[in-house]
Amino acid sequence: MAKVLMKGNEALGEAAIRAGCRFFFGYPITPQSELPHYLAKRLPEIGGVFLQAESEVAAINMVYGAAGAGARVMTSSSSPGVSLKMEGISYIAGAELPCVIVNMQRGGPGLGSIQPGQSDYFQAVKGGGHGDYRLLVLAPASIQEMVDLMGLAFALADKYRNPVMILGDGTLGQMMEPVEFPEMIDPDKLPSKPWAARGAKGREPNIINSLYLNPLELEEHNLKLQAKYAQMAEEETRSESYYTDDAEIVLVGYGSSARVCKAAVDQARQQGIKAGLFRPITLFPFPKAEIQAACRQAKSVLTVEMSMGQLVEDVRYNLEFKVPVHFYGRAGGMVPTTRAVVSKITELVQEGGRSA
Amino acid sequence: MITVFERPKSLTPAKTHYCPGCTHGIIHRLVAEVIDELGVREETIGIAPVGCSVLAYNYFNVDMYEAAHGRAPAVATGIKRVHPDKVVFTYQGDGDLAAIGTAEIIHAAARGEKITTIFVNNAIYGMTGGQMAPTTLIGQTATTAPNGRDPEVQGYPIRMSEILATMPGAAYIARVSVHNPQEVAKAKKAVKTAFQVQLERKGFAMVEVLSSCPTNWGLTPLKALEWLKDNMIPYYPLGVQKAPEEVKA
Amino acid sequence: MLQEIILAGFGGQGVMSMGQLLAYAGMEENKQVSWIPSYGPEMRGGTANCSVTLSDTPVSSPLIDEPDTLFVLNRPSLEKFEGNVKPGGLLLLNSSLVKVEPQRTDLRVLKLPVDNLAQEKFGNSRVANMILVGAFVAITGAVSLDSVVGALKKVLPEHRHKLIPLNRQALELGVELAQS
Ligand SMILES: Cc1ncc(C[n+]2csc(CCOP(=O)(O)OP(=O)(O)O)c2C)c(N)n1
Ligand code: SF4
Ligand SMILES: [Mg+2]
Repeated sequence: MAKVLMKGNEALGEAAIRAGCRFFFGYPITPQSELPHYLAKRLPEIGGVFLQAESEVAAINMVYGAAGAGARVMTSSSSPGVSLKMEGISYIAGAELPCVIVNMQRGGPGLGSIQPGQSDYFQAVKGGGHGDYRLLVLAPASIQEMVDLMGLAFALADKYRNPVMILGDGTLGQMMEPVEFPEMIDPDKLPSKPWAARGAKGREPNIINSLYLNPLELEEHNLKLQAKYAQMAEEETRSESYYTDDAEIVLVGYGSSARVCKAAVDQARQQGIKAGLFRPITLFPFPKAEIQAACRQAKSVLTVEMSMGQLVEDVRYNLEFKVPVHFYGRAGGMVPTTRAVVSKITELVQEGGRSA
Repeated sequence: MITVFERPKSLTPAKTHYCPGCTHGIIHRLVAEVIDELGVREETIGIAPVGCSVLAYNYFNVDMYEAAHGRAPAVATGIKRVHPDKVVFTYQGDGDLAAIGTAEIIHAAARGEKITTIFVNNAIYGMTGGQMAPTTLIGQTATTAPNGRDPEVQGYPIRMSEILATMPGAAYIARVSVHNPQEVAKAKKAVKTAFQVQLERKGFAMVEVLSSCPTNWGLTPLKALEWLKDNMIPYYPLGVQKAPEEVKA
Repeated sequence: MLQEIILAGFGGQGVMSMGQLLAYAGMEENKQVSWIPSYGPEMRGGTANCSVTLSDTPVSSPLIDEPDTLFVLNRPSLEKFEGNVKPGGLLLLNSSLVKVEPQRTDLRVLKLPVDNLAQEKFGNSRVANMILVGAFVAITGAVSLDSVVGALKKVLPEHRHKLIPLNRQALELGVELAQS
């Protein structure tokens, strides 16, 4: 397939279709609207369903319905809308249903702004709604990676019967880069879902549910969920290490911040500073062994994010507080500049003493 | 447009951000004039929605809130229950009131909250880029209904005034338009009644104002007003849907 | 080769599609490219800009702080971005609309009254931007003129493909003016 130049939001829409998704429920919000606009055109062309719900609360419950009925289904939104979806997401995780949720983050809190942000990190990786549940969270940093991770997202959702979140931001949604799409998956040829509620013809009824009145049973259910998350940590962590082998200072960032970090590493290297970048691609499960390996020789670590310090907490925790972890963040829709990150690197290297 | 009036006290001097020819500005003015005429500017608390009028809190020279999308009637309820003697109004678009906030508006009306709602129906999501609204007409195109609204797929446009008029808690419900000076005069009368009904503690009051969105309808301001008259009014007939006896008389 | 470009002007002046044109042209040549717009309601009548990167190696960050080239189509954009251009960088200015002089003395500046030129030569001010793009191509060689012409098919909606020859002439005029 030839490469095409496409906006991130639209590329996500096409990627979902390629992954066999035929159902989308959502509610308009900037900066992700091109995704529903695209699917409103594309889905009916291929016999799929695009439905604009009356709210995000309704949209996520439509997803609950479609997922329980066995369909590959997706919803997308941006920060304030994702907050509204949290109740439904908790039910979906509790009932162990597969689906994909896209969050093109914007600045917060509250109505915030419509410019890019990364301040929903905690909400995404710690569950977000009530109860002990987790989403599998994927953080692409380019349009091609958004496309690739969309296919993976649906596969992992089905494998674990768990909601998967693609955590992007306004920059990734709005920017254009060349992409190549995978072949179309035929949704009719996907493995069947015997647990789905499709009518109990010739079998016992299937029940899609998250209610366990017996405390012992609910505890068992929770243990089963935890075992699933432990398996994800074993099998699903993904990350990229860029010039970390000899790095004295390792930057850590995800999504579009990681792109800025990459440019900063390039510039620092030109100045003779041994800088590297560690980029988690799965934010949950966090790539713990990988970050430890990438920072083994580092004298310091610098986390860069578009928030006032969320990812940095997981970085410290996963490095087990063995390396000093510094933080540089912008918020409210402000984006870190390469220049600012480079000067932070220089400052830290000078403080820490620079070896030749 | 020629300015022959003074700015009402209930409007700030801030320059609005509305597109040229958008009728949100006229509706702001009507509300402000009524608040001035009733002499309640210092007793009034307004609630801005999420929508093109999200910045209304900069334009009304009264105490204002900014609510989450659709939740203005619930916020108004909270305020009114704390300050039953104050004048509380919400200013909401059709997406805000008739989609995400349907539950809030229905229940505020059902409770007979003594608040005034100004419901700006432009049959589209203006702010987010022309997506289908619950009030988008059959056949009307939108960025999420690229082939036009098809009742088989997206169902039918909602007539909120008619629905709310069935509720015992609603005291005054009227639909007006602002597509020409005569209608603007009638609209103002309705807005005034809706505030008076609140002052007299009769119950929930709402004025639905048919409004234009030249930008997302893809029309010039004048063509947009014509389109409103020719297409919206046949589906959304103007008039008082419900009123207390003495107001009707 | 790494060319980082910011294009800025009024919303509706066509800066977004101008940037997309360069990105498509780069893609045709198998370069690594990215395009990022400013977005939001401020675009209604306000200033709009986009950033384009053309590179032989993967694009580290698509967000540009210090462009090699700045296209300026209105005065507020000059004020906003002039200070950020790399020393020795290129400033392409639509002097039909920008009547003030740039402050920087360390830049290569080309001022072209493209609105007037487009109207005079082609009777169509819509192709004004193409004159600037032509000049950019001639000066930097970041992409070839053929690739830009080829990319017009991607950027112009189908019903305006008949304008491709006119756009081509405007591009060629830009090349000529830059070389003279
Ligand atoms: C929870 C949430 N979902 C979505 C949005 C995005 N949003 C902002 S305005 C708007 C639609 C407003 O349309 P309408 O109420 O008709 O007002 P108009 O702009 O037409 O005046 C939406 C969906 C949001 N701010 N919050
Ligand atoms: S988008 Fe429509 S509703 Fe919003 S300000 Fe512009 S004309 Fe008015
Ligand atoms: Mg509306």
